[in-house]
Amino acid sequence: MISVLGFYFVSALAVLSALGVIFAPRPTHSLLSLMMTMVCLSVLYLSLGAPFVAMVNLIVYAGAVLVLFLFVIMFLGLRTKDVPLLSRFHPAFLPAACLTGSAFLLILVRLSRQVSAPSFHGISGQMHAIGMALFTKYLLPFEVISLLLMLAIFAAVALGKEEETRA
Amino acid sequence: MIITPFHYIGLAAILFTIGLAGIMIRRNVLLILLSIELMLNAANLIFVTGAKIHGQIDGHLLAFMVMVIAAAEVTIGLAITVLLFKNQNSTDTNEIRWLKG
Repeated sequence: MISVLGFYFVSALAVLSALGVIFAPRPTHSLLSLMMTMVCLSVLYLSLGAPFVAMVNLIVYAGAVLVLFLFVIMFLGLRTKDVPLLSRFHPAFLPAACLTGSAFLLILVRLSRQVSAPSFHGISGQMHAIGMALFTKYLLPFEVISLLLMLAIFAAVALGKEEETRA
Repeated sequence: MIITPFHYIGLAAILFTIGLAGIMIRRNVLLILLSIELMLNAANLIFVTGAKIHGQIDGHLLAFMVMVIAAAEVTIGLAITVLLFKNQNSTDTNEIRWLKG
């Protein structure tokens, strides 16, 4: 019973802060809302028996990626003018959007009724199993992904430097 | 009452839809990038739920790789945003229209 209440509490918090991400008037506030969503998702990962993913989510996402975002928002935010919310929204498209959305929802509900509910299975040997799989079965994707990360760093440096030489 | 995988998948669907709506209604490049992050996290929740359903560890590794790719994407995206701001003095996608014919 406690876990059911906890699940609903954490997921309601996640959905509310996700709504805060897209409706907050200032970029800094929506960034902090996204950080709240990350924390809630980490709690859900823990409840799914994935402590490794939960911790990586907290450290890499909430700790590094979002702080990088915060740097850029602070860097740009002082001089940029506010982009108004819903600036391209036109009420004439609202009926069409509602119609399409409800059609998709109907399809989703129909399809999900046909699927039998799966049940959870336990996962054993968390960290050891992850390490073994990462360096045996998933060795090639791991190496390729590290190459991708290095290329991203090179690209970011190149993009930043080009502007300097041009000026 | 018990929590089934459908609860987690439904939550992930809701978060993904919110991210998609954010991409459509916000016109700030930074907020569009943040909405993409939200969608990637919803996908991660599906992966971890799938790992729990099947009792396999692979979903955790896929979630980990999605995080690495998201970090790379954010690096490039933010570099482009800074460059865009230097050139155009704006992060509003309504004002960036030199690709429009």
